[in-house]
Amino acid sequence: MNRPSAGQRMNGGQALIKSLELEGVEVIFGLPGGAILPVYDPIIDSPIRHILVRHEQGAGHMAEGYAHATGRPGVAMVTSGPGATNIVTPLADAMMDSIPIVVITGQVPTAAIGTDAFQECDNIGITRSVTKHNELVTEAADIPRVIREAFHIATTGRPGPVLVDIPKDIVDPRNPRSALEWYRPTSVDLPGYKPTTRGQPRMIREAARLIAESRRPVIYAGGGILKARAAEALRALAEQCGIHVVTTLMARGAFPDSHPLCLGMPGMHGNYTAITAMQRADLLIALGSRFDDRVTGKVSAFAPDAKIIHVDIDPAELGKVRRPDVPIVGDCRLVIEELVRAVAELEATTARADRSRWDAQLDAWREQFPLRYEQGWGEGDTLKPQFCVEALRDRAPEGTIVAAGVGQHQMWSSQLWRFEQPYTWVNSGGLGTMGFAVPAAIGAKVGRPDRTVWAIDGDGCFQMTAQELVTASAERIPVKVAILNNAYLGMVRQWQELFYEERYSEVYLSPDLPDYKLWAEAMGCVGLRVESPEEVGPAIDKANAVDDRPVVIDFRVDSEEKVYPMVAAGTSNDDVILGPEQGPGGH
Amino acid sequence: MPPPGTSARHHILSVLVENKAGVLARVSGLFARRGYNIYSLAVAPTDDEHFSRITIVVDVESTPLEQVTKQLFKLINVVKISELAPSQAVEREMMLVTIRAEPGTRGQVIELVDVFEGRIVDVGHDELTVVLTGPPSRLDDFEDLMRPYGIAALQRTGRVALPKLEKQPGGLRAAG
Repeated sequence: MNRPSAGQRMNGGQALIKSLELEGVEVIFGLPGGAILPVYDPIIDSPIRHILVRHEQGAGHMAEGYAHATGRPGVAMVTSGPGATNIVTPLADAMMDSIPIVVITGQVPTAAIGTDAFQECDNIGITRSVTKHNELVTEAADIPRVIREAFHIATTGRPGPVLVDIPKDIVDPRNPRSALEWYRPTSVDLPGYKPTTRGQPRMIREAARLIAESRRPVIYAGGGILKARAAEALRALAEQCGIHVVTTLMARGAFPDSHPLCLGMPGMHGNYTAITAMQRADLLIALGSRFDDRVTGKVSAFAPDAKIIHVDIDPAELGKVRRPDVPIVGDCRLVIEELVRAVAELEATTARADRSRWDAQLDAWREQFPLRYEQGWGEGDTLKPQFCVEALRDRAPEGTIVAAGVGQHQMWSSQLWRFEQPYTWVNSGGLGTMGFAVPAAIGAKVGRPDRTVWAIDGDGCFQMTAQELVTASAERIPVKVAILNNAYLGMVRQWQELFYEERYSEVYLSPDLPDYKLWAEAMGCVGLRVESPEEVGPAIDKANAVDDRPVVIDFRVDSEEKVYPMVAAGTSNDDVILGPEQGPGGH
Repeated sequence: MPPPGTSARHHILSVLVENKAGVLARVSGLFARRGYNIYSLAVAPTDDEHFSRITIVVDVESTPLEQVTKQLFKLINVVKISELAPSQAVEREMMLVTIRAEPGTRGQVIELVDVFEGRIVDVGHDELTVVLTGPPSRLDDFEDLMRPYGIAALQRTGRVALPKLEKQPGGLRAAG
């Protein structure tokens, strides 16, 4: 990389690309257009790889997938107007799931702002509530500073998306307003932004005391564990204290599923033991989790006997849903490490409360209420989606990264995959963005080319963003996509079956329109179709052997299969519906 | 409705922000997004031109107020937030009011303006425009007294506030 010296003359577009290089950016996901054109010229001379997407939404989700898999901020670049509006969904998604991404949008020239110019829109106004921060740059000389600030804000504290809006005149070399003298900002001056990372020692001691006294403790681990790179610290805490761990949808992989203390996923489609352990706990240790409605069910009935220790780097999460007994603002990793020390000190002098009955109870629930489904092998038996997920899991190379869209396939993947390592699960939790899987998997594969990346997708989701497989073929990004094709918007269908008296309104999609195999082939991928359980294993092995292009498998699965267990929306977590023999519409 | 500031449902937030374009939109947008009503709002630069102070009177119960201040503080451009309890703050507001004042009642109106230490800033054939500054409750009182005469137009600025100063137990010390 050319290191420009301070004071060197350059234009704003060059300064922007140079700033990205200095932030360590290795890839930009983007699509050019009129207003951002001048910034695309210096990309030709930059070592940064640019991946040309087919729709700006794809660029945003790729940047998210990259960030999920690597922990480094993802970068997307799009033009003004529709380019910017198309990336609003990924911004909102990254905001909900605290994903560090930096999005550069082109803007019409400064003098044209506010005139309803061609491809003008108020990017800052539109994205204000779906970004951690956004900024319109008005002078070329501000570009290096604003880019430094954008990466600082995106990656520190509670991570999130930052948008930088760049008017064309300050990057266009033909415009004198684009000239600047290069400088490299060495520090950021943000008087209103100073995240607290160290927990208060008094609160940490108080937390240790509650832990030592508790007879039915549960660690409620959320996505913040992964953001804080705290998986090892979490394991140390769980093992030292002998406390079981539930991992939320955003925290799958933060604690190994094979660990004896792992209870798996809680929430609306969590397993019985994870849900019920939280309900009966006398202490919940919430680490980087936010008491989301999909986890708590009816809040007033959630974990009624539990005291709460809540650790989060975002003070606004403490007390937002449930008032903690011990609130700790801080970075999860740093706080957990302190907590491990505090518990060790305390337990050197005080005996831990007896938890043998609780541990036995958890084992009994696990034994009594495993996840279940039945794959029939006779004539006329349909292929079960859960069987496909398990086959994908059992045949996946170690360290495989799984991406999912939103719906039934996402829940089956989260339930049935065995996550052993952090950063192997990429999904849209908070916003629930259908179409997330394909572009997010591409971004993850770009960030981790050494890993196998499977997108497990639904047929509804796939149709929203499938065109990015053209990007993947063109850029030789060999992701693999498993479509659990049940010919329906399956989760909506499930709700209509259970709660709307089987009145199916606008959820049928058809199993063979489009023809997914032909579509995949048209996009330069290997296309496979699987219709019976016997074909599942061989098809997956064939897909795993392809490494020079993307692969798509169209699994024709049972339309009527539903996700269980289920806690119906707005009901208490005491009322877990275990299967079709139980609950409303259970037939 | 009780006068704002005296009711438990009203709170005063004094928000120190960076003096940059768009900051007011961020603050007001956050209130709208989280479903809180702003009762009044006053904004102007402080003595340091890099910062502005936004004084917001909010209409909420106390628990969600904690949430809104925490969300506000997450805005990168928000530097400091103080919640001012009415009993611990000095509050002032200004009001311009045009009052019907025909020859028969003009004397009474002028007398009341004097009592409230207001100033007449414009005079018409049968109307007066008065400026009045003071604690919001005082402005409420004046407004009530003027209503029988007829209010043609009225505009209040929304309040500004600063915390009351701590009083040393020994009283003020003489210099030297």
